[in-house]
Amino acid sequence: MAQIRVENLRKSFDQFTAVQGSNFTIDDGTFFAMLGPSGCGKTTTLRMIAGLELPTEGQILLDGEDVTFRRAAARDIAFVFQLFALYPHMNVADNIGFPLKCQGMGRREIRERVQETARLLRIEHLLSGKTSKLSGGDRQRVALGRAMVRRPKAFLMDEPLGALDAEFRHLMCGELRELHERIGATTVYVTHDQLEAMSMADQIAVMNKGRVEQIGSPQEIYDRPASMFVADFIGSPPMNFLRFESGLRSGNRAVILHSVSVEVPEIREDRASAPLALGIRPEHIRFADAAPVRGEVFGAEYLGTTQIVTVDTAHGRVAARLPSSTPVRIGETVGLEFRSERVALFDVGSGLAIRIANEGSAHHG
Amino acid sequence: MTAAVAKSALAKSTAHSIVEASPRAKAVASSLVILYAVISILPLLWIGATAFKSQSDAIAYPPKVIFEPTLEGFVNLFTVRTRQTPDFIAKLPPPETWYDKLVRQHDMVIAGPSKVVPRFVNSLIIGFGSTFLAVFLGTLAAYAFSRFRIPLADDLLFFILSTRMMPPVAVAIPIYLMYRQLNLTDTRLGMILLYTAVNVSLAVWLLKGFIDEIPREYEEAALVDGYTRLQALRKVVLPQAVTGIAATAIFCLIFSWNEYAFAVLLTSGEAQTMPPFIPFIIGEGGQDWPAVAAATTLFVVPIVLFTVLLRKHLLRGITFGAVRK
Repeated sequence: MAQIRVENLRKSFDQFTAVQGSNFTIDDGTFFAMLGPSGCGKTTTLRMIAGLELPTEGQILLDGEDVTFRRAAARDIAFVFQLFALYPHMNVADNIGFPLKCQGMGRREIRERVQETARLLRIEHLLSGKTSKLSGGDRQRVALGRAMVRRPKAFLMDEPLGALDAEFRHLMCGELRELHERIGATTVYVTHDQLEAMSMADQIAVMNKGRVEQIGSPQEIYDRPASMFVADFIGSPPMNFLRFESGLRSGNRAVILHSVSVEVPEIREDRASAPLALGIRPEHIRFADAAPVRGEVFGAEYLGTTQIVTVDTAHGRVAARLPSSTPVRIGETVGLEFRSERVALFDVGSGLAIRIANEGSAHHG
Repeated sequence: MTAAVAKSALAKSTAHSIVEASPRAKAVASSLVILYAVISILPLLWIGATAFKSQSDAIAYPPKVIFEPTLEGFVNLFTVRTRQTPDFIAKLPPPETWYDKLVRQHDMVIAGPSKVVPRFVNSLIIGFGSTFLAVFLGTLAAYAFSRFRIPLADDLLFFILSTRMMPPVAVAIPIYLMYRQLNLTDTRLGMILLYTAVNVSLAVWLLKGFIDEIPREYEEAALVDGYTRLQALRKVVLPQAVTGIAATAIFCLIFSWNEYAFAVLLTSGEAQTMPPFIPFIIGEGGQDWPAVAAATTLFVVPIVLFTVLLRKHLLRGITFGAVRK
């Protein structure tokens, strides 16, 4: 098991820069998710860690050792692919044992290790079968087995559940996390699905346009997004942004939204007047007749225990997550009350969060 | 990239027709296929039959479908004979073999073996040699074009294809002059190199298509698991590209086996292949159609065998079952 460090990692393909200057450290035994929309550079970063792609600049350290230009086979890491990449000309046991065969291990020892791995994944009954006969989930288990059998320093997974259907994905999420608890291996997991990342990872790196926007625990990322991109990307529906223009004074506890005063946590920096955005998650909004922010109900989406109500305000359309029992009439004028301690402020120009009082400050990646 | 793989996989899975053809449509389709097969195989059968006819039966009008088979054509193909007077033949000791006897019926004696065997061997060496080289080089080049970032890859591929755009006649004279300088005229090596050069462009293009279809993840998994690039190519990519390699090999062999224009121009003795040799059989002592037909029949055999042997690979079509489609 190992610590992975990435320093100033950059990768360009001709004109296009896929990854620009990433820096992060993945501690030993951490389940680390790289999350972002497609084309954000997360897979490229993972492939550079694996040695399938060479960086244009920067360093990759595995347990303090520089492996930047070492070939993939010499890094002692395992890779799980989205499309499983099981060899069609081999049966299940041969597929799992393949990495050991590459290392030149004896046949009997390979058989024992394959058995042991299969037991761990509960796929012993599949060993002699053809890979083409397996279901999606079993294929993924076999692919995991092939990764685990070598007991590598780290697991790298590139959207391993992306090819499974939704129901099964949920089940495999649980299995993967349980497996991680049992073997405690450093895992780097690439996904564009925030639910996968939130439910499994210890640490999440949110990436956008080749940059790491924020690194933190799922709670940190959700509660204290470092940028408007993270706030918008995480959460469904995403965080609401109410745009306004104003200067800020350190120590203030309110901002003026077009003549309406809204309470916020204590501001920790001074700023000249600039376009700003007030961020509030849908679940932190309540209907209150006396509230100064007012708007007209545009629509409601029933979701069982809750409903998403969209309200047109002077500051833009706002989505609120309310209990299903709250009566809502389309076209009715309502007041919106924000839970002040949950409000975030962003600088629209840079997209970054403005420092305000809350437990620990948001961290810029 | 993975998304692109998934996309192409998806497109393929929907390409299958869902509607089952009606029995009548099937009957019409199969009778058309059978009709076409009969039309295309008839000339071959006719050549095969002619090889076993006597000279007079071969040119009989109306054509003889039923005839008395004889090996005269084959004997004439494999031997050189001289015409003698019946008196001379009567004075000879009795014939030792069945073919001596057969020849003497036509007032001839066998003077020695013909050149058909060495020519046939030339064809085998040049045909299979150039096929092997073209497929070997083509596989390596196709793999590189398919997997690595090669500067000007598209232009290079077009250049490779462009070598096939000119008819052989257009390049025949330059090649002839070049070969004379290099002392390659009428050598097996020269012919192998020439056919390889022509075939390799076809091989690169065909194989690149096949290798593009194999998801990169297979080799990448092998690379991570401990193989070198070359091992991954040999043990992971090639087993999956067998279908494509077999098809390419057949195309290359058919070309170099049948090639006539360059062979006529560049070979005359030593390295002559069958295609320019067969017309020579007609010449001596009247038109010996059964001998020509016998040569043609023998000429077709290796290519049919080769195709039948590789057919298994062509049809089996390794299923990429391990990747979800």
